[in-house]
Amino acid sequence: MLRLLWVGWVMHMKMLTRSAFNFWLGIVYPLFFATAAFFMFQSGDDPKPLLYASLGAAVMGIWGATSTAAGAALARERWTGTLELLVTAPAHFALILLPVTIAMATIGIYSMISTLVWGRLVFGIELEVGDPLAFVLAVPATVVSIGALGFLLAVAFVRFRQAWALGNMLEYPVWLVSGFLVPLTLFPDWVRPISWALAPTWGISAIRGAALGGSPYGDIALALSLGAGYTLAGILLLERALRTARVKASLSLS
Amino acid sequence: MSNTAPESRVPRGVRGGAGAWLRRAGGAAGQGRVGVRVFFVGGLISYRALFGWLSPWVFIPSLLVAPVFQILLFVYIGRSAALESDEFYVIGNGLQYASIPCVFAMTNIIAGERFQQTLGSILITPAPRLPLFVGRALPVVLNGFFVAAFGLVVGGLIVGIDVPASAYGPLALVTAVSALSCTGLGLLSAGLGLIVRETAVLSNVIFGILLVCTGANVPLDALPGWLSTAAQGLPFTHGIEAARLLADGAAFGEVARLVGSEGLIGIVYATAGYLLIRVLELHSRKHATLERA
Repeated sequence: MLRLLWVGWVMHMKMLTRSAFNFWLGIVYPLFFATAAFFMFQSGDDPKPLLYASLGAAVMGIWGATSTAAGAALARERWTGTLELLVTAPAHFALILLPVTIAMATIGIYSMISTLVWGRLVFGIELEVGDPLAFVLAVPATVVSIGALGFLLAVAFVRFRQAWALGNMLEYPVWLVSGFLVPLTLFPDWVRPISWALAPTWGISAIRGAALGGSPYGDIALALSLGAGYTLAGILLLERALRTARVKASLSLS
Repeated sequence: MSNTAPESRVPRGVRGGAGAWLRRAGGAAGQGRVGVRVFFVGGLISYRALFGWLSPWVFIPSLLVAPVFQILLFVYIGRSAALESDEFYVIGNGLQYASIPCVFAMTNIIAGERFQQTLGSILITPAPRLPLFVGRALPVVLNGFFVAAFGLVVGGLIVGIDVPASAYGPLALVTAVSALSCTGLGLLSAGLGLIVRETAVLSNVIFGILLVCTGANVPLDALPGWLSTAAQGLPFTHGIEAARLLADGAAFGEVARLVGSEGLIGIVYATAGYLLIRVLELHSRKHATLERA
């Protein structure tokens, strides 16, 4: 099982890094949002939010690289005519799909690095990581948990032909309510439970905690727990969706 | 070798003079009719095709929900940075989001045809190019206007900005001119689509530039000098400024110059885009590069 996950991840990383759309756009697109946010925070008097925003903007790329692509993951297999083959393979389909969405999230690390370098070179944002070990643990934990959220998304939208648009629609809301650029305290109270249910909230909190001081290990555990929860929910949903698809012969949506 | 051109078969007696003038006038009128037909029928087919693929499952999430959340994202960043009012971000992002339908749809008039392998068929037709491409721009302008207007209204209602009723009409006009202006930039992007394969990346980069540089989110005086100077040549910069002044109670006469600049910028981009398409079309014929991009 681990070998299948590993091989699936490596294969999709190779494919994604060779795609100009996924690779270059994954780096450049979040950079524009980061630049706008940096200019906005730089115009303020207090430099602290700039550092806060720098880390948030860096992690935005991980979700940006995942949301639309994960939504389209099954549709792409459908286009290429490989969905039926993958579903009927002896390995559980979840083991094939999960590394795909985690690879999508991993591509976001390029964006994270480029945003931090951009912030340092252009805006002079100096980042000193307070707890390097926690930082090294927090980044992959965030990637895996966001990849798991992407997996749930891909499975949830299995019946929609235009699932990429639904994934695309979720890009801004998650950027907003996960507190990437805005402290959660600014939102109305009813938004908080939504934020807590999102792994990216705990992922960015862990990364900030590791870099700026805080309690990163608890946040890492929460991000991973939510990731495990998404995976479990995704597998259950997938079982149901595949059973229905077999009964109604509706997998290809044709 | 005999001349087989239609003109050579015209009886000698009716050549020249009033007869020739009438024939030329008739020919010009015929060309005009063809141009008008290509403009409207081509535009209508393009509009139907646009909404053929732009199903509600794409239209609602991408063009109605997303702009509202972009507005909210920047409203909250603005509150966190304590930089500008909510109204600033609602108007800036509401208008700027029109770049998604305008730039992407225009770029796709080339990239989409290539994808469906119909680009060559279109470019060998004798149809006049100006109405062919401008006709396809018309539905894009209308769609861009609608998307921007929706974002402005819904974003404004959610955030609770106060705009005087007297500004609604002029704001609608500014929104339409801004959509037109951005469609001009989209036509230039469409021209680049003849030599760039990754047009989706190109369109997203244009969107990002407009997000940062037009004053939608960052006040122009907070940008580096060279960037704010460059922003004067981009769509939306003048439109957004005009819309903000109107929302603050300015009369249309006070912003007419800004609106004129916005429209002029759009015309310049559209002209440049049209010329680029023509030049690259000729280049592709000469070097057989139409499908190579």
